Amino acid sequence: MERYSLLGLVRHARHYHENWQRVWRDPAPKKAYDTVIVGGGGHGLATAYYLAKVHGVTDVAVVEKGWLGGGNTGRNTTIIRSNYLRDGSSHLYEFSLKLWEGLSQELNFNVMFSPRGVLYLGHTLHDMREIERRVNANRLNGIDAELLSAAEVQKLVPLMNCSPDARYPVLGASLQRRGGIARHDAVAWGFARAADAQGVDILQRTEVTGIRCDNGAVTGVETSRGFIGARKVACVAAGNSGVLAAMAGLKLPIESRPLQALVSEPLKPCLDVVVQSSGVHCYVSQADKGDLVIGAGTDSYNGYGQRGSFSVIEHTLQAVCELFPAFSRVRMNRHWGGIVDICPDACPIIGETPVRGLYFNCGWGTGGFKATPGSGYVFADTLAHERPHPLAAPFSLDRFATGALVDEHGAAGVAH
Amino acid sequence: MFRIHCPHCREARSEEEFSYAGEAHIPRPVDPSSLSDSEWGEYLHTRTNPRGPHREMWVHTAGCRRYFNVLRDTVSYKILAVYPVGEMPPEQGEA
Amino acid sequence: MGAEVRRRAAGGRIDRDQTLDFVFDGRALRGFAGDTLASALLANGVDVVGRSFKYGRPRGIVGHGAEEPNAIVEVGAGASCVPNLRATQVELYNGLEARSIRASLFQRAAGAFGRLLPAGFYYKTFMSSPGAWMAWERVLRHAAGFGKAPDGADPDTYDRMNHHCDVLVVGAGPAGLSAALEAAGWGARVLLADEQSEFGGSLLAETRALGGDSAAAWLDGALAELDASGNVELLPRSTVSGYYDHNFLTLVERRSDHLGPVAAAGTRERLHRVRAEQVVLATGAIERPLVFANNDLPGVMLASSVSTYVNRYAVAPGKSLLLFTTNDHGYRTALDWHRIGREVVAIVDARESPAGGWVAAAKEAGIDVIVGHAIIEAVGRSRVSGAAIASLQANALAGTPRRLACDLIACSGGWNPTLHLGSQTGVKPRWSDSAGAFLPGDLGGGTVCAGAVAGTPTLRGCLEQGALAGATAASRAGFGSGRTTRSAPEVDEPPETPARSLFLVPHPKRVSRAPKQFVDFQLDVTASDIELAAREGYESVEHVKRYTALGFGTDQGKLGNVNGVAILAEALGKDIAEVGTTMYRPSYTPATFGAIAGRDVGGFFDPERHTPMHEWHTSRGAEWENVGRWKRPRYYPRSGETMQQALNRECLAARDGVAIMDASTLGKIDIQGADSAESLDRIYTTGFRKLGIGRCRYGLMLHEDGTIFDDGVTARLGEDRYLMHTTTGNAEVVFAWLERWRQTEWPELSVYFTSVTDHWATAALVGPKSRTVLAKVCTDIDLTGGAFPFMAVREGHVAGVPARVFRISFSGELSFEVNVPAQHGRAVWDALIDAGAEFDITPYGTEAMHVLRAEKGFIIVGQDTDGSMTPADTGMDWAVRRNKPFGFLGDRSLDLADHLREDRPQLVGLATDDARTVLPEGGQLVDDPECRPPVPIAGHVTSSYYSARLSRPIALGMVKGGAGRMGETVHCPLADGRVVKASIVDPIFYDPKGERQRV
Repeated sequence: MERYSLLGLVRHARHYHENWQRVWRDPAPKKAYDTVIVGGGGHGLATAYYLAKVHGVTDVAVVEKGWLGGGNTGRNTTIIRSNYLRDGSSHLYEFSLKLWEGLSQELNFNVMFSPRGVLYLGHTLHDMREIERRVNANRLNGIDAELLSAAEVQKLVPLMNCSPDARYPVLGASLQRRGGIARHDAVAWGFARAADAQGVDILQRTEVTGIRCDNGAVTGVETSRGFIGARKVACVAAGNSGVLAAMAGLKLPIESRPLQALVSEPLKPCLDVVVQSSGVHCYVSQADKGDLVIGAGTDSYNGYGQRGSFSVIEHTLQAVCELFPAFSRVRMNRHWGGIVDICPDACPIIGETPVRGLYFNCGWGTGGFKATPGSGYVFADTLAHERPHPLAAPFSLDRFATGALVDEHGAAGVAH
Repeated sequence: MFRIHCPHCREARSEEEFSYAGEAHIPRPVDPSSLSDSEWGEYLHTRTNPRGPHREMWVHTAGCRRYFNVLRDTVSYKILAVYPVGEMPPEQGEA
Repeated sequence: MGAEVRRRAAGGRIDRDQTLDFVFDGRALRGFAGDTLASALLANGVDVVGRSFKYGRPRGIVGHGAEEPNAIVEVGAGASCVPNLRATQVELYNGLEARSIRASLFQRAAGAFGRLLPAGFYYKTFMSSPGAWMAWERVLRHAAGFGKAPDGADPDTYDRMNHHCDVLVVGAGPAGLSAALEAAGWGARVLLADEQSEFGGSLLAETRALGGDSAAAWLDGALAELDASGNVELLPRSTVSGYYDHNFLTLVERRSDHLGPVAAAGTRERLHRVRAEQVVLATGAIERPLVFANNDLPGVMLASSVSTYVNRYAVAPGKSLLLFTTNDHGYRTALDWHRIGREVVAIVDARESPAGGWVAAAKEAGIDVIVGHAIIEAVGRSRVSGAAIASLQANALAGTPRRLACDLIACSGGWNPTLHLGSQTGVKPRWSDSAGAFLPGDLGGGTVCAGAVAGTPTLRGCLEQGALAGATAASRAGFGSGRTTRSAPEVDEPPETPARSLFLVPHPKRVSRAPKQFVDFQLDVTASDIELAAREGYESVEHVKRYTALGFGTDQGKLGNVNGVAILAEALGKDIAEVGTTMYRPSYTPATFGAIAGRDVGGFFDPERHTPMHEWHTSRGAEWENVGRWKRPRYYPRSGETMQQALNRECLAARDGVAIMDASTLGKIDIQGADSAESLDRIYTTGFRKLGIGRCRYGLMLHEDGTIFDDGVTARLGEDRYLMHTTTGNAEVVFAWLERWRQTEWPELSVYFTSVTDHWATAALVGPKSRTVLAKVCTDIDLTGGAFPFMAVREGHVAGVPARVFRISFSGELSFEVNVPAQHGRAVWDALIDAGAEFDITPYGTEAMHVLRAEKGFIIVGQDTDGSMTPADTGMDWAVRRNKPFGFLGDRSLDLADHLREDRPQLVGLATDDARTVLPEGGQLVDDPECRPPVPIAGHVTSSYYSARLSRPIALGMVKGGAGRMGETVHCPLADGRVVKASIVDPIFYDPKGERQRV
């Protein structure tokens, strides 16, 4: 793999950039692989990368029906944080955040991780209790967390309406300074390039049409380019998990719904932290290009349409205008939907299934982007050792039978 | 923004008047205590979640407040049929 | 005042009697009513209207409408500033102030060192260390972004209007007008919307005659007819920005921006929410620019835009025109230019042998037509001064390029149908080789496309197709036969020679080495960027879009996308159809946040619910708490009192004397029918069948997964009638829950649920003296303990008003909850206050209520529980009856393996060892006093207060295995670093036997 650097850029500039290598190959599928990963999004590509890099398993194909990063990786609002309430989730997301912190260097691809701080606002006494609970839990779990007063919030975000007369006034907030945003496409591309360099075959425009099993064990996948044999099949295809599960005769505790998001036109810097409020339903940050990137809610119904109901956008912009009265004259450039797989406890499913050799990593709901490197790491470990990675253990499929749900609903709100 | 025909009000109204109420035809087990943990877990959490026609419940929250079933394509979002609670959807192709 | 150096003496649709003064970048200029900011700038000879996004290159006006990529300006200032408006869509008004986007230092440097910054350069550098990006990010962020956000609250308001119509016609050009006329003629209710201030679309700049009359006259006639029609609503200045499922569309109408920066009266913008039976998309087409070297120099414009400025605004944006075209249509611009007496240097036609009518007319006019040639490079510094042209055979250059001098280059590369709205519905556009363009896909039976958007090239064709579309849509909506009733006006349509597809003009140098050939002007994406992306393996059109930013601008690629896709296809050796295009998303053009939010901001953001006693609380200086939508008094400070002092006073009054609380917000559901008891048995963990009439019982409501979701007291009012109390915040959820089970699972039960929360006002009279006080105003209920025991309900009169009195208690004291019809609430409250005056009756709020109940170890669902707790976790097994015939919702889940674990978090009391420190609510508990993170967490504090009655702090918490850890010590680390020791104790701190409430 050709190393990227400023010097390299200068060198290539002398040749008018005519000699850059391909970021990844476009190989023909082999007949069989040790492991086939279904889904070429951030999580799938990260899984492939860590399988090859950490565990030396390079006989791996990533099978993607469209283009890399074309699902939620390329449609989310890129918020990264680890301040979850429950031990299980906070450990997993913190592990992921630590990987984010060195990811550009690890992949030699600038994923533009920008730890600019994530604010989570409280608007009621109840919110504040929950925030304090989470902040304290985070600290004891070794995760940075601060409790801010309304005045401190105002100082950090001058354009925010922190007036006590607001309908739901800002009473305070939690702040995770190590949280922030990143460039979503770059994450998929960076992992793809690095995985390819390790020998992983990336097969785009290859749709899985069936999962072949024999005697309760998986033997490979049927694809639009023919059958590909595999000892292990790992499904990491948010928005399609249910469909894939059905191919193996499984049903999952998942519903797929459109999660909506929107961006404004680009503006000069006017918001330097990520602001989240589940009380007034507002999730906003400013991308490096200048757009306000705003997370809206999920539609209440199941859907695979990658578009959503306008009423969700209306509610979101009401919240934005309520919280940032100066943004009322700013204009919405685009809005769109991504399909998120939602589990009953707002936590993912990572690990084995009743079919031997068939693994799922899904159900990340509205918050999967931030988990990308961590998810890939623990899933690769799980695949390599054929047992759950300790951080993945609380997220097994059987929790829905035992009742050991992790429940991140309460304190996290919409877990953007 | 769906336009949903409420079978009780006998009028097509805008989505905002309705609430989605989940997958239809998941009857509560008659004798829960006879089920294993995993069978009960399946009733609680497992959903068909299809890509295509989906049988689901809606309630006319801001109207008659009554429930009904809808057969809706989860990709095209076309509503293929509306039918009462307790009944099965009409043969497809009819709507 | 600048002179209008480029304004023609006559013509155009401007009103020369109304001059308008405006300021651009500090220069005072003048225009006319009817001008856009763009036309006025061109009239004043302003060439450079902005600097480009990445390289800081000077940019001029290219287009005349929504497609304009360069002329992005900020209008107004301070709180009323609007960033990022397109000058081509800003109507001029007197006093308008606009600013262009200035280049930052970084951009000026980037202009010089552009070669170091190919597409995606930032992915390849700025990562020497984790901190490097943060430093560079600051520089790049400052350089990026266009306008500045307003700096204060929006002074304007916005509103919304809902429409139901038979036919919505989008676009009032020739096709749209014809469609509207036809549909209206059949009697359909028609809504006709157009983004411009004037209806007419291309007709506004049309020089040909329609039906023997001028285009303007035909337009006037059509508009008069539509105006006179009773079933047509005309919406100018209204952009259809979104096309959603089931024919729902959004229109943003700009109501005041053409008059001034802030609306003098009424709303600035209005969002029209339209549900249409049928939609006619007559959105026209946008001319495709041609991609050649330095094609971004000011003075390179779309041919149709040059014609529009000449014909509609009477502006000639230059002196000597060089036209570069691939089709006959472009010739009309040269003819327009010639007609106004300006010099046409030449027409450069990429085709070998054009022979259509316009071509003949140009030759006849003596214009030099250079066929088989292309402009390969524009020449000039901050404005075009000439062009290099060369012979173009197949796709290669031949011969030696030569220079032509000119100060204006008009380009016509064909037409891109404006198919954005159709694409928004999720239907992919399809490539048509015959049209040489993407056309809308199959949009289904609710939509008809007409005119240029459907690839129809001629005006005559648009008029005819529009009429047919109108008739079709009307017929599908139930009006008429689908046949047209009126014949389209005659238009002279000379024969045309087929156009040539030309997406990238070759240059003597390779694309990677040639001067920049811009594809997307707004984001500075060049042909070589696209080739680089393809070379590096970013092959999907979506990858190319994301890697190069092609089409990511505020114009959503209206000019550049198709050229970009074609260049990519060429680089990959694929067909355009195979490469496809990216999806277009709403908004068609950017839509104001405020317009989408409408009135639902500020005071209307979310309705407030007030109890009948609200004014009284206000008059007593209550501090408020938001509980759901309700406003509830939190406490009533007296002057000089701290909150804690007020709480102590309120709590002690309830314990020792008499206190009163407004409990009207508690949810109340009236349950009637023969199966009332059965349904309650199924819903609640407790049993209600055997509850005596006039008696009350506490119940827990569980989700099917066994977790607590609500609690409250239910009273039996009659044989088949119960009244359920829910928590304030959950009233609606519980009501929906009951209805859901009744309607979908238990239709056999004869039971009716009615929400009566708002019907009643409730005053909770609490304390040892409450009986005495109540007795003063309630004479027809025997209040003595024997006659009216704890957990009973009686009906009678209070202060002369029919009342239901519940002897229930959330404080552990003797307590009567007086319920009266809401309209009497304030009067009865006043009567109780008067009656209690002699005992110093004390109003108390939610905060004291919390202290009182915590002293008793009563939980608050949602505070002491968090959605993961079972009855056993909260020590409330006593409220669960497992032997009911049906069981109850959630019953089965109580036996799940995980719910039987002994180390689950369980409700306990917590007493700080120092008996002084009030633990923070949300404080976490650990076993290890060192508590150096990461450390295992044993539990957390859910409720914590100073108890005035006990003169010490008390707290409730959830501790793993807590029920079995009584007397043990846990540690609560505080934010300031201190660690507080606390003992695990019984959660009931006061009156453990519950005697006080039973007196």
